[in-house]
Amino acid sequence: MNFKKILPQLLTLVVVILVFGFFSYNAQVNMENRGITFGYGFLSQESSFDVQFSLIEYDGSHSYFRAYLVGLLNTILVSVIGIIFATIIGVVVGIARLSSNYLIERTAAIYVEFFRNIPLLLQIFFWYFAALRALPLPEKAEPMFGVFFLTIKGFFVPAFVWNNLDIFIYSVIAAIIAIVFIRLYAKKKQENKGIQTPVLSISIGLLIILPLLSFFLGGVDASVEIPVIEQLSKTSFTFKGGLKLPPELISLALALSLYTATFIAECVRAGVQGVSKGQKEAAASIGLTPNQVLKLVVMPQALRIIIPPTTNQYLNLTKNSSLAAAIAYPDLVLVFAGTALMQTGRAIEIVSITMLTYLTLSITISIFMNWYNKKIAIKEK
Amino acid sequence: MNKLNFLSPDKNNLYAYLYSGIGLFSLSILIVFLNSFFSLDLTSFLPGTISYFLPLLLGFMGLHLIRIEYSGIKFLDVINKNINTNKFNALLSLLIIFAVIKSLPPLLSWFIIDANFAGDSKDACSGSGACWAYIKTWFNRFMYGMYPNAEQWRINLSFIALAFLGGVGFFATEKFKKYLTLYYVVVYPIIAFLFIFFFISGGPIFFDFSYGIIAAVISIIIGFFIPSKFKMYYFLIIPITIYILLKYVFFYEELIELGKIQAFEWVETGAWGGLSLTFIVSFFCLIFCFPVGLFLSLGRRSDLPIIKYISIGFIEFWRGVPLITVLFMSSVMFPMFLPEDMFIDKLVRVIIAISLFEAAYVAEVIRGGLQALPRGQYDAAKSLGMGYWKMHIFVILPQALKLVIPGIANTFLALVKDTPLIFVVGLLEIVGMLNLAKTNPEWLGFAMEGYVFASIVFFIICYAMSKYSYNLEQKYKTER
Repeated sequence: MNFKKILPQLLTLVVVILVFGFFSYNAQVNMENRGITFGYGFLSQESSFDVQFSLIEYDGSHSYFRAYLVGLLNTILVSVIGIIFATIIGVVVGIARLSSNYLIERTAAIYVEFFRNIPLLLQIFFWYFAALRALPLPEKAEPMFGVFFLTIKGFFVPAFVWNNLDIFIYSVIAAIIAIVFIRLYAKKKQENKGIQTPVLSISIGLLIILPLLSFFLGGVDASVEIPVIEQLSKTSFTFKGGLKLPPELISLALALSLYTATFIAECVRAGVQGVSKGQKEAAASIGLTPNQVLKLVVMPQALRIIIPPTTNQYLNLTKNSSLAAAIAYPDLVLVFAGTALMQTGRAIEIVSITMLTYLTLSITISIFMNWYNKKIAIKEK
Repeated sequence: MNKLNFLSPDKNNLYAYLYSGIGLFSLSILIVFLNSFFSLDLTSFLPGTISYFLPLLLGFMGLHLIRIEYSGIKFLDVINKNINTNKFNALLSLLIIFAVIKSLPPLLSWFIIDANFAGDSKDACSGSGACWAYIKTWFNRFMYGMYPNAEQWRINLSFIALAFLGGVGFFATEKFKKYLTLYYVVVYPIIAFLFIFFFISGGPIFFDFSYGIIAAVISIIIGFFIPSKFKMYYFLIIPITIYILLKYVFFYEELIELGKIQAFEWVETGAWGGLSLTFIVSFFCLIFCFPVGLFLSLGRRSDLPIIKYISIGFIEFWRGVPLITVLFMSSVMFPMFLPEDMFIDKLVRVIIAISLFEAAYVAEVIRGGLQALPRGQYDAAKSLGMGYWKMHIFVILPQALKLVIPGIANTFLALVKDTPLIFVVGLLEIVGMLNLAKTNPEWLGFAMEGYVFASIVFFIICYAMSKYSYNLEQKYKTER
C-alpha cells in the first residue's frame, strides 16, 4: 500500500462523508424546526383520500400502506400491459425492417424514426388530451363486436365472473410445473439416448387439458358479464357491469408500448442481423431441416443478442410508466409521492420509499440479467 | 406466338402479360384513388363485400401478371425485386399503397386544405381542419414562455452568439485545432454561463461570475509554474480558494455595492419557458453530464476499492430510479437537506438533477467503450512509462470515446426528450406551455394542433441530432 493509492480514496471518502453528514445534519435541524420526527409510523395511519382506479379494495378509510400497494399494483398493471404490446409490435416491426419488400421496410423505418424521436411525455399527452378526447360519449358509442364499448369515459369490456377461481389457477400452475419436469426429462433423454420428444405439443396439450379438467371436475364455472348502458342523470350516461379500463390507462399503455416498441424493434433487427450467414449454411450442410436450423442454430444465437437490451427496454418501460403522474393515472408516483406526500408532508420518507421501490425492481432484474447473460454467454476457451 | 397461361406468366409473351398486369394494377389504384379523393365509387353496382375487396383482388392479379423473373426490362426487375417477390409480399405492398392513398385526403385536408392560417382569436377557426392561427398567436409563448416580450431579444442574441461561438470549430485553421478541445470543454461553457446568467437572467449575478473567471485565469497562470507532479490536486483546490478569497475577503463590501447595479432587468427563472428553456436545460445538462459520466466510468474500472464501489453505487442508484422521482426529490426532498437560509434556484436544482441522472447512463456507455479496448492498449501504454492519467488521456480515452459515439448520442437524445419532465417542479418548457395554453378559456379545444406542432419541433431536433451523430461516427471511424 503506498501513499498514491491511499490518498485519493481517503479524499473521496471524506468528501462523501462530509456531503452526507451535511445533508443529514440539515435534515435533522429542518425537521426539528417543523416539529416532525423521522419515522415510517405514518404508513399505518388512515389515508382519507380516494383513488380513482384500483385493483384491490381501497377507500379513504384504509391505511397509507394500502395506498402504496394500490399505486404499486397500478404501476405493475400498466407495465405488464405495455410490455406485452411493446413486445408484439416490436417483434413485428423488427422483422418488417428486415423484409426484402421495400415498402414494408420503409414503413417500419418511418414508424421507428418517428415514434422514437418524439418525447414520451408528449405522446402520452397526445393520446390522452387529443386523440382519446375525440371518442364518442357513452350514449353515442357504437359497440365493437356487440360487446366492446370505446368511449370518452374509458374502454368497457365484458368481464368474467368466476366460481372457484383458485382451483383454476392451481390447475394452470400444476400444468406449468409438469411442463418444466417434462422438458428436463426430454433433455436428459435426448442427451443419453438421442431420442427427441415432441415437447411443444405435449406442453400445449397439458396447458389446455388440465384447466379444462378443472372445469369438469373442480366445479370451476365462468360466465361473461357484458357492459350495459345506464343512465345516471338526464345527460350523464355510463356503463354498468363488465370491466372498465379508464382512458388514463389506455393512453398510457398505448404511448408506452408504441414508444418502447421502436427500441425493441431495433434490438430484434440487430439480433437477427447479428447471426452470420455461415451459421445457417453450416447448419444446413450437416443435414438439419429448415425448422431445426431456425430452432437450434439461428434463434439461440439471435436471442443471445436480443434478450439483454430488450430486458433493458422492459426496465425502461416500467420506469417510464411513472410519467402516469402527468395525466393523473393513479400509479405509485401519483398516489404515493403525490397525494400521500401532500397530505403528510413527509418528503424524505415517501420519496425514499418510492425510489427504493423502483431501485429494488431494477436491481432485481439486472441481477437476474447478469445471471442469464453469464449462462448464455459463449464459453470460449 | 406461345400459348398464354395467365396462372404462370413467363418471358415468352412478356408484353401481353405486362400490359394486362399494368392495366389491372392501374385500375385498382384508380378505383381506390377516386374513392378516397373524390368519394366516387366506381364499383357500386357490385354487392358490398365484393366491391370492398375488388381493388385488392385486381391489384393482386395485376402484380401476379407482372411478376416475371429476368424480364430484361430494368425498371420491371427493380419493382419485382423490391415489392413483388412473392404473393405474400405483393399483398402487403398493395395494402400499404392503399393505406397511403386512403389516409392522404383526410390528412391533407386537416393539415392544409381545411385549416385556418389567418386570424388571432378562436372565432377565426371555423373550418374542420387544423387551427394554425392558434399556434401563430401563441408562438411567442411556446418559444419564450412567460419571458417579457420586450426582453426577448436577449434570448435571441444569446442563442445566436452561442451558436456562432459553437461553430468556431468548423472554421478553425490547422494551427488552432489543438486548442479546440480546451475551448469546448472549458472556455465555451464559461462563456455560455455568462450569457445565460448575465444576459438572459439579468440582474447582479454577473459580478459573482466575473470573480469566478478571474479566479480561473489567475489559477491557470500560476499553474504554469507548478511542478507537473502536483497539478491534478492543484487544479481542484486553488481556483476555489481564490474564488472564496476574492468574494468573501477582498471585495466583499464592493460586491454588495456593485450588486445593487443592474445592467438589465432581472427576469427570474420561473418566468423562463418554452423551447428556449428546453435548449437551455439540455445544453447545460449535456455539458455537465459528460465529464461527470467520464469520471464515474473511470472510477468504476478503478483498482482502488473505495472509489470503485462508490462509483458503482452512484451509477446503479441513478440508473435504477425514474427521472420523475429524481425531479420530485430535487423539488420536495432536497430543500430539506439544505440549511434554512440557503436557497438554490429551481432551474439550477433541475439541471443538477438531470445531469447526475444522465451522467450515470453516460458512464455506462463509456464503460462499454473502455471494456471493448484490448488489454494490449493498456499494456503498451504502461510499457512506455505512462502514468494513469497520461495513459487514459492520450491512449485509452481517444479510442474508447470514438467507439461509443452512437451510445453517447443516444443518451443525449434521451436527455433532450426527457426535458419536458421538468413540469414536475413547475418549469414549463414547450410541452408545459402547450398544456397551459390548452386550458386558456379563450382557446379551448386545440390540444391536437399544439401536440402536433410540438411533435414536429421535437422530431426535427432529435432527427437532426441522430443524423449528426451518424456523420460523426462515420468521420471518426478508423480501421482497427
